[in-house]
Amino acid sequence: MNDGFPLNRPLRVLSWAFAVLTTCFLAAPSFIVILMSFSGSDFLELPPRTLSLRWYEAFLSSERWLGAAATSFLLAGLVVMVAVPVGVLSAYGAMKMSLRWRSLVQAFMLLPAVVPAILIAVGLFFFYSRIGLVGTLTGLVFGHAVLALPVVFLVMSAAFASFDFDQVRAAQSLGAGEVTVWRIIILPQMVYNILVSSLLAFLTSLDEVVIAMLLSVGRRTTMPKLMFTSLRDQIDPIIAVVSTLLLVLAAVVVIVLQLRGNAVRKR
Amino acid sequence: MQDMVPERISRQAPSHAHRAELRSRVAHFAFVAPSIVLVAVLVLVPCFWLFWLSAFDVDGSLSFENYRTVFESAGYRSVFLTTFLVAFATVLVTILIGGPFSLFLVNIQERKARLLLSAVMLSFWTSVLVRAYAWLVLLQRNGVVNTLLIDLGLISDPLRLVFNFSAAVLGMVHIMLPVFILPVYGAMSRIDPDLMRAAASFGASRSQALRQVFLPLAMPGIAAGGVLVFVMSLGFYVTPAILGGGRVYMIAMRIERSLSNFTSYGAASALGVLLLVATGVILGLSYLAARTILKVR
Repeated sequence: MNDGFPLNRPLRVLSWAFAVLTTCFLAAPSFIVILMSFSGSDFLELPPRTLSLRWYEAFLSSERWLGAAATSFLLAGLVVMVAVPVGVLSAYGAMKMSLRWRSLVQAFMLLPAVVPAILIAVGLFFFYSRIGLVGTLTGLVFGHAVLALPVVFLVMSAAFASFDFDQVRAAQSLGAGEVTVWRIIILPQMVYNILVSSLLAFLTSLDEVVIAMLLSVGRRTTMPKLMFTSLRDQIDPIIAVVSTLLLVLAAVVVIVLQLRGNAVRKR
Repeated sequence: MQDMVPERISRQAPSHAHRAELRSRVAHFAFVAPSIVLVAVLVLVPCFWLFWLSAFDVDGSLSFENYRTVFESAGYRSVFLTTFLVAFATVLVTILIGGPFSLFLVNIQERKARLLLSAVMLSFWTSVLVRAYAWLVLLQRNGVVNTLLIDLGLISDPLRLVFNFSAAVLGMVHIMLPVFILPVYGAMSRIDPDLMRAAASFGASRSQALRQVFLPLAMPGIAAGGVLVFVMSLGFYVTPAILGGGRVYMIAMRIERSLSNFTSYGAASALGVLLLVATGVILGLSYLAARTILKVR
């Protein structure tokens, strides 16, 4: 803390206490969920008096939950396959445009993040019911892909901002086609960023509730939708198991993001 | 990498380079076209659909009946009021916690700041459902907090901590804090630390330097973060639905209900269009304000 002002011990202690409290407020509730998932009792008690894996067994033997998990993972995988290529291409194209066009494209690409999800969901419901996509996997994939698009676009725009476009120009002036340029120059340098944006797109879809709530039905019910409806009725401890699963994935994403931060710093 | 490409290569064949330039300019638009189409079909079309449902009768004639219903019914008015109240409370608490926290982060060693930031990011990337569930576990009648307070002998009967306005705001602050902290920390860390040191060497007190040097520079970032949080809070659904327990009724919940009850599509769509307009106006005004302020400087 070298801001030129004399060291003020009480202030320092106070601000550390505040910061640690805030961090706990942000992170602690999630860890309580992990603890709950290993509880041996039917009730919520903390700390759990007995530890067991019974709720994990209950999750693994519940066709409803397994089916929802399978739908969610399949959906998230398909969302990555739609959102990532489209997002990567548009971030690349936007970066090569003039500043005015680029800011226009950027503003447009952020629309899915700005427009409230409930409006997209309700509007899509009316739109999809006209073209027969309500309750279909295709409908869900596109609904989630458009939400994941801004995430991919932002990550890849930041990546392309520090990309040396002279390499592309040089290759093109030597006669390389677009495909060759992507294969030999762009993709190898962007592997890590594409991995990060794929992870984020995957997680965006896996966690999404509002669109899934209106557009996924029956066999295509997603895990968050099942969680949401179960939460409204009762506090089922299986939810703690599912939450732990989602938390572990979030932790993986954060670790990958931090590793990328380190890699960028070292360069 | 840069020295691998001598500049004269691109000058060797001007006509070829010119044609390539033109071709690539068209190509730029080809690159962004797929995502433009996706956003247009999956965001703009649904929004227009809502607008169409709200402003046209079944027989296709323009009518503002739905908007009149929304403005005249006390029920819809109270939904609007609740929504803005919740959003406002959320922004206020978020800024009061997130502002000092970001300030603290830029003043400690980067290694320590990164550790605290990891916790913020973990929270950011954790599902809103998981977090709402965690608060339910903590705050419900026989939940962790009540049990703890009773065991400590501080209270004899469990307190009503969840399914009310403050629980909904608490849950929303929990979700909005990372949304606020991450960009505001970024903006604050771009402020030259030498400015504070210079203020100190000229004899300013810490609070003087903060108020007169640091805050004016950090203000655009804080304001942008605040506007973002407010706009996002207006459209919230999951957290108030779970933690509000039916007592906190926001626009998004009203829209969803009329859809699942198959009633008053028109009025619900009008509500949605108004929410969209409010979002757009707030974002547009703050963009204009930011541009004017930056121009004056």
